[in-house]
Formats: sequence, structure tokens, C-alpha cells
Amino acid sequence: MATLEIRDLHVNVEEANGAQREILRGVDLDVNAGETHAIMGPNGSGKSTLAYAIAGHPKYHVTSGTVTLDGEDVLAMSVDARARAGLFLAMQYPVEVPGVSVSNFLRTAVTAVQGEAPKLRDFMKSMRKAMSDLSIDPAFAERNLNEGFSGGEKKRHEVLQLELLNPKIAVLDETDSGLDIDALKVVSEGINRFRAGAGHGVLLITHYTRILRYVQPDFVHVFVGGRIVRSGGQELAEELEANGYEQFVKEAAAVS
Amino acid sequence: MQKAVESDTPVTRLHEHASYDPADFEVPTGREEEWRFTPLRRLRGLAGADPLPAGAVTVEVEPAPEVKAEKAQRGDPRIGASYVPTDRVSARAFASFTEATVITVPAEAETTAPTMITVHGEGTDGVAFGHTVVEVGPMARTTVVLDHRGSATYADNVELVVADGAALSVVSLQDWADDAVHLSHHHVQLGRDAKVSHTVVTLGGDLVRIVPSVTYTGRGGDAELNGLYITDAGQHQEHRLFVEHSAPDCKSRVLYKGALQGDEAHSVWIGDVLIEVSATGTDTYEYNRNLVLTDNARADSVPNLEILTGEILGAGHASANGRLEDIHLFYLMARGIPYEEARRLVIRGYFGELLDKIEVGDVRERVAQAVEAELG
Repeated sequence: MATLEIRDLHVNVEEANGAQREILRGVDLDVNAGETHAIMGPNGSGKSTLAYAIAGHPKYHVTSGTVTLDGEDVLAMSVDARARAGLFLAMQYPVEVPGVSVSNFLRTAVTAVQGEAPKLRDFMKSMRKAMSDLSIDPAFAERNLNEGFSGGEKKRHEVLQLELLNPKIAVLDETDSGLDIDALKVVSEGINRFRAGAGHGVLLITHYTRILRYVQPDFVHVFVGGRIVRSGGQELAEELEANGYEQFVKEAAAVS
Repeated sequence: MQKAVESDTPVTRLHEHASYDPADFEVPTGREEEWRFTPLRRLRGLAGADPLPAGAVTVEVEPAPEVKAEKAQRGDPRIGASYVPTDRVSARAFASFTEATVITVPAEAETTAPTMITVHGEGTDGVAFGHTVVEVGPMARTTVVLDHRGSATYADNVELVVADGAALSVVSLQDWADDAVHLSHHHVQLGRDAKVSHTVVTLGGDLVRIVPSVTYTGRGGDAELNGLYITDAGQHQEHRLFVEHSAPDCKSRVLYKGALQGDEAHSVWIGDVLIEVSATGTDTYEYNRNLVLTDNARADSVPNLEILTGEILGAGHASANGRLEDIHLFYLMARGIPYEEARRLVIRGYFGELLDKIEVGDVRERVAQAVEAELG
């Protein structure tokens, strides 16, 4: 049973001028295998910072707190070691890497995560199947990583990686943003296939409630001012849908 | 350290002085526009006036079956027919070589194999000179590989004459030992509707300076000039291009990419493009990029575009020096790929579009492996 445990996490971001700014102000959260947690919050609340800090992005500095995966200290691991330990981050803005083909990248990543190279035939078969499930044109395998991909193609490609790398805990950072309804359904089905696998936990970060109609969370957390200000079930998402974030922003402002 | 500087000297005046006689060129002091980046002290006397002891290179030719390869003596009318030297070292090489290699591709021949010319340096005692002529007949298509290896102090000129409707693909590999000094001019003369794909790969040498130039004798000529270089500690690698658009409706594309690493690694890229009044309908673009992998490496990049007619299709240039992008490495590492392998993938990807332009499979694979070995 995989558990991602976040305790009192404080994170600074390094600004363009080199100054440090505190974004996360004490985040506590447990994500267990078999659970889906939705983190919802307004723009600028620090949701993406949480995702990047878990993955180890060099721009984000943890100043205090802990993150563990099955008791192992995630913060002590390099970025690649975190992925090999079973963490996955679907990025809000996937990076274009010139000259690196999708198939070469996927095979290298699968090899790294599994610790040995899959047989080429098996790999090609599973890649084609996963691409077809996500309605990704097979020609994408030979294109350069994310180069010239539309917003929707990039997001589908992130979910493709999720399915092929098969992590323990997936952090999905606004994987729903910028998708039309058809693409949203395709992406949601991919996430649901992953969720159905044994021992998988999901931390779904989103600004909108729309995706929660397709990917139903077990827990909903409202994220404001760099911390979780309220946790509940699906009904909390409905409350947000009806009333927006305003009351939470006001409450948080009154506290701090 | 990185730098992109504009030159003050107009392109038109830079290349107009030409002569077969070295005495027609002053001994450079290092202040001249065409020599200001080159460490003259490391030329082992090539640019000077003193006589130099003779060194040796061995030239081996494996011609394609359809191609005629011969040794030609000084005075052969094909030698110097397309090119007059434009600097002192080039003129000295022209005045000093003993035997030229001449490759002739018959009209309409489509060769079934590349012609391999291997120049092997036999040591740095003394100075060697060379001359190569490749004549591609009308409508013919062929590939020539120039492969430079070993140790040498070597200056040479290469004339690439592509007749009407013909296509030539050339790869010049500078895979020298670390103590080699090599200065070379490659001159391409393109006939009507002729095409050249010219790819320079510079990996080795203490000092390598390659000067590719292109002239067009008819409409519709198409020149693709590619370069890949990996400049290591202490190496000086210089590529100076000159494309002279004088005929109408011709095209040129320049794509040079380098990676630099180590103390005192120095690369120089000069891209001179001149569009003359007569060259209406010209379409040209040049691009140079340098990946500076360590501190204390320096990439100079100087595009010069001079346009004397307004009636062109397009003309542009871009030049950028940068480091490996952290965000690229982060993305790959976030998928479990270790740092060293992520770095290799990104660098191989950076050079990928150039590797793809090398049509000869063996040569492409050798260059790809060399890239990985040098940067791995």
C-alpha cells in the first residue's frame, strides 16, 4: 500500500531577480493507494508549487517540512530517483525537447523506471495500445517531444506517460486545463484506467470542477494562500461550483 | 564567455581581394577582419613568409564505381578553374601543393556509392599542402566524403564544381588528433538549378579553420551549408562562410551548431551573405547556435547580411548562444531518466537535425557516436 505523506511543507520559489518568496505555508496531506484527492484553488494559491515541489523542480526550495513515499524521504531524492520511486507529475506546461522523439523518450523513461529495457516488440505493442486508448495519432511516436503539439495533445501525451510508467502516486497538475469536452473525456478515461490499477493513488490539482464529473474524487481539498483551508468529500466540490472560492479567500485573509 | 558581435567591414569589401600568389597578401597581424579571431601564433608559420619544412599527409581515394578519380599535376586546367584564393594561407596552399586529387562525375551519372577521400596526417613535423577538385557533370548526382584523420599541419583548397541540374552532397569530417592544425577553403560553384548539400563536421584538432564559400553561375541554384562542431578544452575551431548571391532566384540555407566544453575552448562562426544587385528573387537564411556547456569556453558568432537589391524572396539570420536548458533536463529526469542520460538525450537531440542531413549511414553513425563519446 503506497502512501504519500506531506507534513507541514513550506516552500519558497526563486524569483527572476534571485529573491525568495514563500508560496507554500504548511501543507499537510496523505494520499494513499486507492484514493483520489482533488486539490482545488484559485489562481496563485500555490497548487502548482505543491506539484513541482513534490517532483523536485530546481526552482522551488523546501524550507521546512517533510514529504515521504512509503516512509522514504522524497526530499532527499534527486528528481529522477523520485520518479523511479513511484512518483509521477503530469505537468501543466509539458516541455518541448527538440530532436528527442516521443518513442525514444518513452522507451528510455520506461527502461529507467523499470530498471531494465523492455523488449522492443512488447514496448511498441503497449505504446501503440496506450496511444490508441488516448486517441493519439500513431505518427506522434516519431515526432519530437511536445514540439508543435497543441495544448490538448500535450495533455494526452502526459496521460500516455502516466499509463506507460505506471507509478504508485500520480500528481496531475491542471491536466484538464485547455481541453475541449471530447479531449477531457479521453484524458479522464486515461486517469480512470490508471486509478483502477492496484496500488495507485492520485492527487488531482485543478481550478475547475468540470473534470470531477468524470474523475470522481474521494477527497476534495480547498487550497488557498499556500495551504489546505478545508477538506471534505465530493460535496465540497459542489459547494465550490455553486459559490466559487471567494468565501475561502476571505476566510484565509482574515486568519493571516 | 559568449559573444555575438557585428562586423564593421562591409561584406562586399571582405572577399573581393583574390590571387593565386601568396605575395599578393600581406602577412596577417591579427588585426585584419578575416584573421582577428584566429590565434596566429598557433598556425605554425602557415600565414608567415618564412619557408617551412615539408610534412606529409597520405591521401587515399575510394571512388564510387561511376566516378573517375585521378592525380593531377600543377598546370592541369581544372585546378583553380572555379576558385581564386582569398587569403594568404589559401594562396600559399595553392602555390605549394605537389599533386591534386581530381574526381570527375560524368554527366547524368547517379552514383551508387559515396566517394571516400581520406586524408591521413603523418605527424606535425613540417607542413603539408593539398588540393582537391570535384567536378560533377550536368544532371549527375553524387556524394563525396572528405575524412581527415591523424596529426598534421595542413592547408588545402577544395573546389566543388556542380554543373547545371546536378546535385552534390559533401561531408567533410575534421576528425583530427588533438595536435593537428588544418586550414581549408571549400569553394562551391553552382550551375543553373544545381544543388549542393555541404556538411562540415569538426571534432578534433588544436586549430581548425574551414572557409566554405558558394558562388552561383546560373538561376535556381540551391546551397545547403551545414556544420556540426564540438570544441573541447584548448581547441580553436573556426568556420567562416561566404555565400555570394549574384544570380537571380537562388537559395541558400546555413545551419551550424556547436557545443563547447572545457577551459579555453573557442569556436568562431562567421556567416557572410552578400546579395548583389543582380540577385533578384534570392531566398537566404542562416542560423548558428552554440551550446556552451562549461565556463571558460567562448563562442563567437557573427552573421553579416548585406543586401543590395530590394527584390528578394527572403533574407534572414539568427544566432544564439546558450546553455543546456534546466527545464529540458527536469522534464526528462521527472520521468526517471538519470541526469547523465538526460543530458545525452538533449545534446543528441540538439544535433539531431544535423545528423539527419548526413546521408551516408556509416558516416552518420560515426558522427553520432563521436558526439556521444565527446559529450558523454
